[in-house]
Amino acid sequence: MTANLSALFYLISGILFILALRGLSSPETSRQGNYFGIAGMTIAIIVTFLSVGNFGTGLIYVLIFLIIGGSIGAFIAFRIPMTAMPELVAGFHSLVGLAAVFVAISAFLKPEAFNLGTIGDIKLASLIEMSLGAAIGAITFSGSIIAFLKLRGIMSGSPITFKGQHFINLILGLAIFALIYYLCTTQSDNIFWSIVLISFLLGVLLIIPIGGADMPVVISMLNSYSGWAAAGIGFTLENTALIITGALVGSSGAILSYIMCKGMNRSFFNVILGGWGATDQSSSSQSKEQKPVKNGNADDAAFLMKNASSVIIVPGYGMAVAQAQHALREMVDALKKNGVKVSYAIHPVAGRMPGHMNVLLAEANVPYDEVFELEEINNDFANCDVAYVIGANDVTNPVAKSDPQSPIYGMPVLDVEKSKSVLFVKRSLSPGYAGIDNDLFYRDNTLMLFADAKKMTEEIVKSL
Amino acid sequence: MEIDPFIFRLSIFILSIFVGYYVVWSVTPSLHTPLMSVTNAISSVIIVGAIIAALAGSSIEVFEISNIFGFLAIILAAVNIFGGFLVTQRMLQMYKKKKK
Repeated sequence: MTANLSALFYLISGILFILALRGLSSPETSRQGNYFGIAGMTIAIIVTFLSVGNFGTGLIYVLIFLIIGGSIGAFIAFRIPMTAMPELVAGFHSLVGLAAVFVAISAFLKPEAFNLGTIGDIKLASLIEMSLGAAIGAITFSGSIIAFLKLRGIMSGSPITFKGQHFINLILGLAIFALIYYLCTTQSDNIFWSIVLISFLLGVLLIIPIGGADMPVVISMLNSYSGWAAAGIGFTLENTALIITGALVGSSGAILSYIMCKGMNRSFFNVILGGWGATDQSSSSQSKEQKPVKNGNADDAAFLMKNASSVIIVPGYGMAVAQAQHALREMVDALKKNGVKVSYAIHPVAGRMPGHMNVLLAEANVPYDEVFELEEINNDFANCDVAYVIGANDVTNPVAKSDPQSPIYGMPVLDVEKSKSVLFVKRSLSPGYAGIDNDLFYRDNTLMLFADAKKMTEEIVKSL
Repeated sequence: MEIDPFIFRLSIFILSIFVGYYVVWSVTPSLHTPLMSVTNAISSVIIVGAIIAALAGSSIEVFEISNIFGFLAIILAAVNIFGGFLVTQRMLQMYKKKKK
């Protein structure tokens, strides 16, 4: 296959990838979009086989490895519970990162195979592209591993900070650029390996200071990095499909990070520099005075909701932890039988990754047209009888609107307190991730339901 | 003077960033998780580089170090391609409209 013809096919697979993302603009077109993506990938792989034109034993090995990897991937995809999506995505990002590093290493060791010159005399532009690809890939890999460990709970989700952290990161970042410069002048392998090693280290250091609830930003950011790494390799290989995809994924991740930061009213740098929530914990606990809260049980909750005409459910990360989405759905079914109008309100940063709550509700067979985003539903709280807050906390805190001293001031929150009564399912009165007390607990119209989210919801179903 | 092919690739890259920007803003927020898993899957098109790396050189010696890195990259990318598309498919199957 000639280079021109294969370039045209790569362009086609790039376009199919664009259509795959375009399909996600609505759930109806999304499944078709996914097929476009699969078609694009198939074309890219077949064209690569044809253009390499090496049909010897090597090809058989490639197919064997492809099948091994593919079966592992398929196995994971079918077995993974939906609550584990954030760590799965983080894990997948690390694989893309590592694959980019490996391809860059291979290109560095054998530049002839990629038409990049010969060992010790690699084209300048290619050298810059492959070392950037390797560096970003390595950061993506080790950063995603840390994110994975934190999400999985193997590593504590609390930020790990030490003195001079940001200074060290800055030095390492500058060192990578300096080494790339030296690599271009000397073409030395040792420098190439140092770039890779320092980038692995930098990836770890960048993610450890970021706390658990900032994970939506981290995952989106790593998503973006994996795209830029792919684009870097795409430039090295002069491959249009990779360049287009890298750009798409890179901008997609960047937009998601932006949306997540806006959902928390924090700047991107504020999140990246990390350590949030760790410092305020002590100050909030000393000022905590005993304020009265109204304590209820499942029967009270069932009574309130049964006699309501409309109920809004506010799910958060706690629902995912307790796996309460199926019980919740049963409760809503029972309420609907009683003629209660039920809808769901989702805060942009609810959960541990963008859209996390939506997937969990979809898994529990909640129709997506009953689920609303913050801007769509926030005005409805004023006309609603009961708000059922399950596993969410900071995203409902009215302090964000009233107290400029609060660390979450200015963050968009759900106006839960405007509904006639609020049912707040929570295990204890402990503050949320931001380390601040939720004013909502002490309001007259709030009834606290102290229990595990799943157990409480199941009990409510029983008494309905 | 002839234009360096790099400039063409750079143009494709920058235009694709713009396409990505507008396409991703039109993705509905409820599908942001499938968006992440599908972008994950498509970024594994890096397998193209892995295949070239694995098959580079003469057909007899497939096991030079550079080839081995290629094969390893094929496994990683394949996990991602199959895992990414299938898990996206699984999620998208779950999004259903209200039964009328």
